[in-house]
Amino acid sequence: MISFDFEYFKPESIDEAIKTFSSEWKLGKKVVYFSGGTEIITFSRGGKLTVDTVIDLKGIPECKVLEIQGDRLIIGAAVTLNQLIESNLFPLLSETTRRIADHTSRNKITIGGNLMSQLGYREGLLPLLVADAVVTVANQTKIEEIPIEKFSGSELKEGAFLTQIKVPVSNLKLPSKSIKRTRTSKVGYPIVSLAALVHEGKIRVAFSGINSLPFRSTVIESILNDKKMSDQQRIDKAITKLPSTITDDLLASKGFRQYTFGKMLIELNSVLEEKL
Amino acid sequence: MISSNTRKYTVVSLLVNGVSHDVMIRSADTLLYTLREQLGLTGAKYACGNGDCGACTVLVNGKPMHSCLTLAIESINDEITTIESMKHSDIRSAFVANWAIQCGYCTPGFILNCHALVNEHPDADDEIIEEWLKSNLCRCTGYQEIKDAVKSVLEANKLKAKENSNLAQ
Ligand SMILES: Cc1cc2nc3c(=O)[nH]c(=O)nc-3n(C[C@H](O)[C@H](O)[C@H](O)COP(=O)(O)OP(=O)(O)OC[C@H]3O[C@@H](n4cnc5c(N)ncnc54)[C@H](O)[C@@H]3O)c2cc1C
Ligand code: FES
Ligand code: FES
Repeated sequence: MISFDFEYFKPESIDEAIKTFSSEWKLGKKVVYFSGGTEIITFSRGGKLTVDTVIDLKGIPECKVLEIQGDRLIIGAAVTLNQLIESNLFPLLSETTRRIADHTSRNKITIGGNLMSQLGYREGLLPLLVADAVVTVANQTKIEEIPIEKFSGSELKEGAFLTQIKVPVSNLKLPSKSIKRTRTSKVGYPIVSLAALVHEGKIRVAFSGINSLPFRSTVIESILNDKKMSDQQRIDKAITKLPSTITDDLLASKGFRQYTFGKMLIELNSVLEEKL
Repeated sequence: MISSNTRKYTVVSLLVNGVSHDVMIRSADTLLYTLREQLGLTGAKYACGNGDCGACTVLVNGKPMHSCLTLAIESINDEITTIESMKHSDIRSAFVANWAIQCGYCTPGFILNCHALVNEHPDADDEIIEEWLKSNLCRCTGYQEIKDAVKSVLEANKLKAKENSNLAQ
């Protein structure tokens, strides 16, 4: 049971959502956007979060879109992970999100909620980072498109919210692979999770679990694409280029994360070679 | 138009097992809490409260959903199905026939999840069954009996479909 009370709003347009946030915020209230709501509910129940007002984004048509428009796939921020998986419009995103949580939770967790999660794993970001996605963010004055690499890791301005994700159609069906290692069972937070694709003959890869937030590193990619080195040399060198701030927690030690990263690169190498 | 619900108790209508019920809720009440405490539908169980165990599973518009991760106010335009309406379902009978039950605490959640599974995937293979069943934890059974129950309903449904198509010809 959630021990405090909050007010609930369900707007039917982006404009209504922004105006509601603004008017509630001006009254000095703590306001949050609510998408799948799974994180807000569990954090509220567990005492990690208190709020005065929640604004449910599931009534906004733009946030529920899932279709190809022209040369881009448009994904509304309130589309559930299972809707993404079932549509399979972007196979690498389907493969990656299929390893987030369990099937029933994925009927509720949304892609927007995953990208904005306070937990930091945000595995749904990985395929977007390697596929030149852009996100659409609505704020008080405008709706703007932001390249995914600028969006990841940065906080949105107070009152702004993510409305859509857009992925170039030309990047949807490239050879790709998602690999995830958890501590014990198949369902669980990642020790390391990666999503990779081959774009114009070069490997692109993004990681979650290693650091506090997901990342894509052009330095690691250029090492992985350097055919002058042997497979083992490339992997050994890539490990040395990991950020120094590797997570060291109860899920896995820093050393085990480095070791797992190396093992996963060996697997990635052989899978992508086969696909090519 | 924007809809809203205040922080105070308000009366809203919930469609549960085909019947519309007036319930008095706070915006912060979960669907699980409302079903149990307002409607006395105690089949959905509270266990982890975190989306990890599946004991609270109900169907929302036919899809399995953790009612501990859903607000009652989110569900006012939805069709909610709880274990109390499953007395005469094939999957419930299959659980009994296959001894897919011991203490029974997890069973309502499993039955609803498996009911949705056989409806959504009449040709479910082992991979799909495994994937769906990972949403529910059982501390007593070995899961095999539960898988057997699912498979027996899938088989029976296929047989029925075949008989119906033979009759139609
Ligand atoms: C059982 C379980 C297992 C999980 N396993 C994994 C895992 O393996 N890997 C992983 O990456 N994650 C995992 N998660 C975490 C999950 O992906 C996040 O908690 C995610 O935030 C839930 O999405 P939601 O739509 O329910 O978010 P919500 O609860 O709606 O929101 C989460 C946060 O994002 C903000 N927000 C939501 N939508 C928007 C928006 N459009 N614009 C701006 N802010 C927004 C909210 O204000 C809130 O701060 C798991 C969660 C559960 C319940
Ligand atoms: S009580 Fe809801 S998943 Fe455990
Ligand atoms: S039968 Fe006891 S927990 Fe499943």
